Amino acid sequence: MENQFFVDSDALSESALKRKHQLENDPSSRTDHMAYMPGQEQISSDIREKVMAQVESYDPSRYTANDVTRALRKESLSVEDLKALLSPAAEPLLEQMAERARIETRRHFGNTVYLFTPLYIANYCENYCVYCGFNCYNHIRRMRLTMEQIEHEMQVIAESGMEEILILTGESRSQSDVQYIGEACKLARKYFRMVGIEIYPVNVEDYRYLHECGVDYVTVFQETYDTVKYEQLHLAGHKRVWPYRFEAQERALMGGMRGIACSALLGLSEFRHDALASALHVYYLQRKYPHAEVSLSCPRLRPIINNGRINPQDVGERQLCQILCAYRIFLPFAGITVSSRESESFRNGIVKIAATKISAGVSTGIGDHESKYTGKESDTEGDEQFEINDSRSLPQMYKDMSDEGLQPVLNDYLYV
Amino acid sequence: MEQDKLILGGKEFTSRFILGSGKYSLSLIEAAVKYAGAQIITLAVRRANTKEKENILDYIPEGVTLLPNTSGARTAEEAVRIARLARELGCGNFVKIEIMRDSKYLLPDNAETVRATEMLAKEGFVVLPYMYPDLYTARDLVNAGAAAVMPLAAPIGSNKGLATREFIQILIDEIDLPVIVDAGIGRPSQACEAMEMGAAAVMSNTALATAGDLPMMADAFRKAVEAGRQAYLSGLGRVLVRGASPSDTLTGFLHD
Repeated sequence: MENQFFVDSDALSESALKRKHQLENDPSSRTDHMAYMPGQEQISSDIREKVMAQVESYDPSRYTANDVTRALRKESLSVEDLKALLSPAAEPLLEQMAERARIETRRHFGNTVYLFTPLYIANYCENYCVYCGFNCYNHIRRMRLTMEQIEHEMQVIAESGMEEILILTGESRSQSDVQYIGEACKLARKYFRMVGIEIYPVNVEDYRYLHECGVDYVTVFQETYDTVKYEQLHLAGHKRVWPYRFEAQERALMGGMRGIACSALLGLSEFRHDALASALHVYYLQRKYPHAEVSLSCPRLRPIINNGRINPQDVGERQLCQILCAYRIFLPFAGITVSSRESESFRNGIVKIAATKISAGVSTGIGDHESKYTGKESDTEGDEQFEINDSRSLPQMYKDMSDEGLQPVLNDYLYV
Repeated sequence: MEQDKLILGGKEFTSRFILGSGKYSLSLIEAAVKYAGAQIITLAVRRANTKEKENILDYIPEGVTLLPNTSGARTAEEAVRIARLARELGCGNFVKIEIMRDSKYLLPDNAETVRATEMLAKEGFVVLPYMYPDLYTARDLVNAGAAAVMPLAAPIGSNKGLATREFIQILIDEIDLPVIVDAGIGRPSQACEAMEMGAAAVMSNTALATAGDLPMMADAFRKAVEAGRQAYLSGLGRVLVRGASPSDTLTGFLHD
């Protein structure tokens, strides 16, 4: 396996290093990534089977320009059409795809663009995911905010005018348990109109509890739908269990959440397959839970602290644009979020074609909103998950979107 | 035409064009009021639930009646909660019930809509339910205390026109409440056709919002709605589809 990800920190003890190297080099030292761990709820669902059957039989090289044009002429696209739009044959037809995507976006969402910001409340993590800045072998400043600190962060963010917040943690159930996250969400309800979470996957009852705390939207990234690759990238921790993660969105809906978001982290594996899987994950979930509000994200790999070599491989901006257009044309009603992993110019362009939501005033660090928003010095901050690529503040983003002829919307949601 | 008023919940309106919600921009509201003559503007309560500097509520001109909708509700109970919140926000007594349990097509759930209508009418709301054009549901809505019925012409946002034409005509013929055609009206000619059929009003949003020249399209809608209404009032007969009317009467042989 390519070694762009492995970095040994001087701060690790000899035994920790030994364990790390063993996990990296000896597959037999790793647990079965397809077996549920104790306490992980197993639901009965056919969605995984449906998605993976399509993904496994997908051969992108089989599609021709004709397949793509035929798909673009259709009003309602089939799974086969989606496969054509994601194939290399569609690359020369990107402009036509963008035109169709723009029409669908305008028809379903008008000229609105939703704005939100993420808030990381803890960066402890029990997993060794080799590409992530929070991974347990990466030597970074760890932090878990207290409720007072969280409230202060929220005040600073709310002060900027933001009304929608996405609460994130590293994936450590022991350091940031469900109760802790729930309390943070209750606080968030005081300062924001809409609260979403992006945390480690939990059981239905935990999602129900978090919903009662004021959360209605759950984002879980599958990272990659390629189970073999997944096994090689998530070497230790509960996150290793691929099927438990795959079923997170469904458990969230069963727990009463209003909406879910899916995505692969593009660049980890063959991106056309991962994009297909992400779209179908959403597609089959919506068919089974027609009331659910569904959305897609499209993160690409970014450099992390202690490893600047990590990059999105063969997923360039053109490829990303193709994926997003395909998502939009296949699922015209789905939300599409583009994060600050992407550049200012890409985000300005993509909101006119396919994206419906972007972040602003972003920090992926812990407890640093005041220093980032106001420049006030602070010595109690936790390090970032990844490097962002668009650091525009909310007022700046609001202005830029208005200047692009779009209507920025800070909230379109009611907790009922 | 002077006396021809649309009466909803005891309020009189001279305009029969209602601006729907959904796609929203301040220039759209302005064009709808100024050029389409809209006196009623629909507003999603969830969209007004904001602290943001450009709150849509601040841009509703005086004299315009707000019609808050319950978009986002998946059950009758949720619709009732949203309607109450609208009243608290100062949106008045009118409410358009929208209950959808499908995020793809946003089709209304008729059964839940009837339940919500009954609950809200009892609480003194002027209830305008968005519905799939079904005669039994329309009758249930009358009995539940609705102030009008709002059948959809085509899937919302589709601009496909009167796809449910025959069924809307049945409602117009059989229901004593105003029938307001909602959703799917994509062009002025379709709005005109609905009015010719005897609809009390039409509601549109996407057709305007996605037009190249907003004010011009708004003006076109105003004219179309007025023309259709005038044609209806002037006694436009139903056009025979098959065969021409014979010039000699068929019953001329009858002697008593």
